[in-house]
Amino acid sequence: MAGSTDPPTVGQPLWLLAELTYKCPLHCVFCYNPTQHAHIHDEMSTAQWVDVMQQARKLGAAQLGFSGGEPLLRDDLEELVQEAHAMGYYTNLITSGVGLTPARAQKLKDAGLDHVQLSFQDSTKELNDFLSHTKTFELKQRVAKLIKAHDWPMVMNCVLHRHNLPHVRKIIEMAVALEAEYLELANTQYYGWAWVNRDHLMPTREELQVAEAEVNAFRAEQDAQSSGQKCRVLFVVPDYFEERPKACMNGWGAVFLSIAPDGLAMPCHNARDLPGLQLPNVKDTPIAEIWQRSNAFNAYRGDSWMKPTCRTCDERHKDFGGCRCQAFLITGDATETDPVCSKSAHHHKVVQVVKNAPARRNIPIVFRSDAESRALHPAP
Amino acid sequence: MTAALPERPKLSRRFRLQYEEAQNRWVLLYPEGMVQLNDSAAEILKRCDGERSLSDIVGELEQVFNAEGLAPQVQALLEEGQRRGWID
Repeated sequence: MAGSTDPPTVGQPLWLLAELTYKCPLHCVFCYNPTQHAHIHDEMSTAQWVDVMQQARKLGAAQLGFSGGEPLLRDDLEELVQEAHAMGYYTNLITSGVGLTPARAQKLKDAGLDHVQLSFQDSTKELNDFLSHTKTFELKQRVAKLIKAHDWPMVMNCVLHRHNLPHVRKIIEMAVALEAEYLELANTQYYGWAWVNRDHLMPTREELQVAEAEVNAFRAEQDAQSSGQKCRVLFVVPDYFEERPKACMNGWGAVFLSIAPDGLAMPCHNARDLPGLQLPNVKDTPIAEIWQRSNAFNAYRGDSWMKPTCRTCDERHKDFGGCRCQAFLITGDATETDPVCSKSAHHHKVVQVVKNAPARRNIPIVFRSDAESRALHPAP
Repeated sequence: MTAALPERPKLSRRFRLQYEEAQNRWVLLYPEGMVQLNDSAAEILKRCDGERSLSDIVGELEQVFNAEGLAPQVQALLEEGQRRGWID
């Protein structure tokens, strides 16, 4: 009923994202990690992570993503996977592939790792290596074969932007050739480093339409084949080009629990920068209390926090008002309607960003690095 | 295209069927996803071991649950499972 407000209900944290480290050998221009990563220290110990996994499992977490940064930089990854496996988690390794040697792959297999998501930047060596500022294209090809040799289901993830959108067909063909079960074509979400580089990455509507048509053509061709290994292609919507926001995190504090390397607990891995949130830390607060009672996890549950545009909208239980981080980044107010929504009074700002991007590409592109992190965030 | 159901349906090795205490139900786990199953779907999928035939599964369920005429329900679930890649 429009106009009424529902009390927030607290579900279960079914999805635990363990961001083991913000360290990464790559320097991707579209990375969503916080740009102040160089100032974030105090990574949690093995024992602290095991405790986190135990607590979250008890609260209902079943999917566990080991992410980062590059999680393979933690030499206790195998031990964490083994513990998680014994607790009954479905374990996902979300990796650039750097550091996945045959020896470590075997240890991870023995530890019970269920699945690997491998990122690629492009179907060409030149662009892959340029965008990640590393020579990693051939390594990733080798790692993909290693993943298949260990019989893991493989998700290939490729972040899309104007530089690689014209290669989308080749990217799909590469995923098929490498026998990926799933291909995530993830149009850039503008947070972290991607926010800094958004004018460089933003495609035109035409470029997007051409790429999406290629994806649909591939799907139709594949559906017409009755046999053979299928590669499920997911096309993550480029929300700046939409009229309605994404159902971010499936709702704030609804199913998703992200733990940062320093132990901060967040309803979204980008929530560190939102103002007014007292983000709790698992080093000193039980996860049950964090999930159920903390200010941060309750801040945007339900709909009483919403501005009238959302609170009176019939679609508010479908998209939950969209993304809080995006609302803050673009309007300066985290309680605003996500400006991607055409009902938002700030929607024109999103339209302007898209429109102005081509003329603003003369500013330098910023590769993610410790030095750039410190340049963007001088020490306090 | 819909392929015919296999003679002896088998849960795909790409999916893990697991009882979740906290949710009080069976789920299917797969890369970055989870399907929450109702009781009847879980009872059917538990029996998709590549050894039992469709009629074995129907017969067993009718006996265990003291019911009749479950074939259409089992068939529909398996067809959906095949479409979604749960069944080999």
